[in-house]
This record gives sequence, C-alpha cells and structure tokens, in this order.
Amino acid sequence: MQFEDIIAKLREEHGEEIIVEVNEEASPKMITVKSEDLLQVSEVLYKNESLFFDMLSCITGVDNGPEMNTMEVIYNFYSIPFEHSLMLKIILPRENPAAPSLVNIWKTADWHERETYDLLGIHFDGHPDLRRLLMPADWEGHPLRKDYKNLEYYRGIKVEY
Amino acid sequence: MGLLDKQFNSGGVIITKVDDLLNWARLSSMFPMTFGLACCAIEFMTTGAAAYDMERFGMAPRASPRQADVMIVSGTVTFKMADRIRRLYEQMSEPRYVVSMGSCSNCGGPYWEHGYHVVKGVDRIIPVDVYVPGCPPRPEALIGGFMKLHEKIKNETLMAPTALEELMDKEADAV
Repeated sequence: MQFEDIIAKLREEHGEEIIVEVNEEASPKMITVKSEDLLQVSEVLYKNESLFFDMLSCITGVDNGPEMNTMEVIYNFYSIPFEHSLMLKIILPRENPAAPSLVNIWKTADWHERETYDLLGIHFDGHPDLRRLLMPADWEGHPLRKDYKNLEYYRGIKVEY
Repeated sequence: MGLLDKQFNSGGVIITKVDDLLNWARLSSMFPMTFGLACCAIEFMTTGAAAYDMERFGMAPRASPRQADVMIVSGTVTFKMADRIRRLYEQMSEPRYVVSMGSCSNCGGPYWEHGYHVVKGVDRIIPVDVYVPGCPPRPEALIGGFMKLHEKIKNETLMAPTALEELMDKEADAV
C-alpha cells in the first residue's frame, strides 16, 4: 500500500483534520497528528485489515530545546505481511510533556516508552509501569534534555571528569 | 624467579625467604573474578582462551568474589554499576588486587566529557593497583598488566603488611 493510500484510509476513518502535517521528504514518509488523536489513529493503523501495522519498530523522543519549547515523539510502524512502513510524529509542549501510551496496542511500546521517559522525562499516560529503564532509579533529571546539567555527585562519586 | 630456575644440585634442598615463598605462591595463582563490563571483556576472554592461555600464569577465573584474588575491571563503569562493583570488591578476601583494564575504567575513556552515565575512572570507587591502557587493550597488553602486578606482589613482605596497616588506619580514622 502506498503512502497516499494510508493517508486516505486514515482520513476516511477520522476526517480530514486528523493529519496535521504530511512530510514526504522523510524516510519513511511521515505524518504528524495531535497527541490527543494518537490513540485512535494507532488503533486504525493496527486494526484496519488493509493497513495492518503489526509492528512498532521504534519510538524516538526529541527535545527541540528551550527556544522552540517543544518536544517530539516519533513512532515507526511496519507491517510485516504488507511490507509497508510509516513514520508518525506528535509534538508536545516542553513543560510537563505527556503522550498517551501505546502499550495496550503494541506490547513492545512498554520498554520504548520507559526509555523515552527515562532520558527525556516525557510521561506516557496509561503506561502500566513507568519506571526508569537505563539510569539508576534514584537518578535526578533526564539526561537527554537540552537544558540538562550534570549532577555534581552521585552517591558520593564525583560525576564530572 | 631466582632459586627455582636453577638446577637442584644440593640434595633436593632449596633455601629461600618465607616472604619470597609466599609471594611466589601468591603471584603464581592469582585467580581473577569472572566478570566483564563491556568490549574489554572480550579481550579478557581472549586472554583466557587457548591462544593466550591465561592459565599458564596460574590464573583460572573464579565464579565467586570470595574465591578471587584479582578483580579485572574490564570495561565502562556506569554509575548504575558502581555500587555493584564496590560491593563485589568488598566481598573479595584480602590480599586483593584490582587491574583497571582499558580507557573507560582508567579515566572514563571516550565518555570523559559527555558521558553523563559513566564514572570517570574506577579508581573513584575502589583502589586500583595496575592500569592497562588501550581501547580495548590487546591480550598482550593485559598480560603485561599481569606482569606488572607480579612485580608488585614480588616486593610485598610480611614485615610490612600494607593492606593491614591501611585497614587499621581506616579504623583509627573512623574512631
């Protein structure tokens, strides 16, 4: 299925406004949706028999920095039987960023979302177990944020070189 | 190795110092802990395998810190791992030695500037006897580190048990 057909399918299900932006330069081609629409869009992507995105390959979090004051979460979907893929982006505010969790649709979202939460502090509403994944549980701050400052000491160990 | 390399021609009797005998026994059976942290551990494993054959120095990896004499910190020490390494070190019985293998555990290596998660040198958490440079060091370099450690052990003496003295100083400080 071609990219245009995927977009058409989504618009057919949820109306013209469901897709905020289309980027055909990206690889794979990307659509942007509002974060409040993410769950229903994902459900169509997963359940629709001609789309059938049965695999969530990757979740990426991006901090655009204090100037742009936004964060992004980017999802890469792939359909194993149809061999088509799609990139989907949501944009979040930088203060208290929160996105709906996709764990109930793709189980693999569990650890991906935990990692995104760990490194960027993006909350995923409805996640069953949103703990840090990589950093120690008592770590302070989210290291991949643009305004992150190193701790001076962690458990009595100097952090800076 | 001195006396032992010479032919036994005095009726099967050798005379040596107790210090030398103990040190010789100690350095000929340095048991490293089976433990690796990153890519350096691959080189460590190679050192243990047939081509480099660590066991010709009497070094057989032990599965428990309580049976081990040498800890080879082979790889990147993250803050999450730091507490575990300190704990493993404390579980080893004395005399115990630490070889810091590779740039990461020497000083943070490639993560020295932007590695928010990396301890900039394992010597910030445990005392280190020998540093082996390299990224990762070849098995020859690691064996060179063992030779350095041999030299260090050779010069130890029961008359000045430094480890015990350090321990007593530490307890005195605590009081």
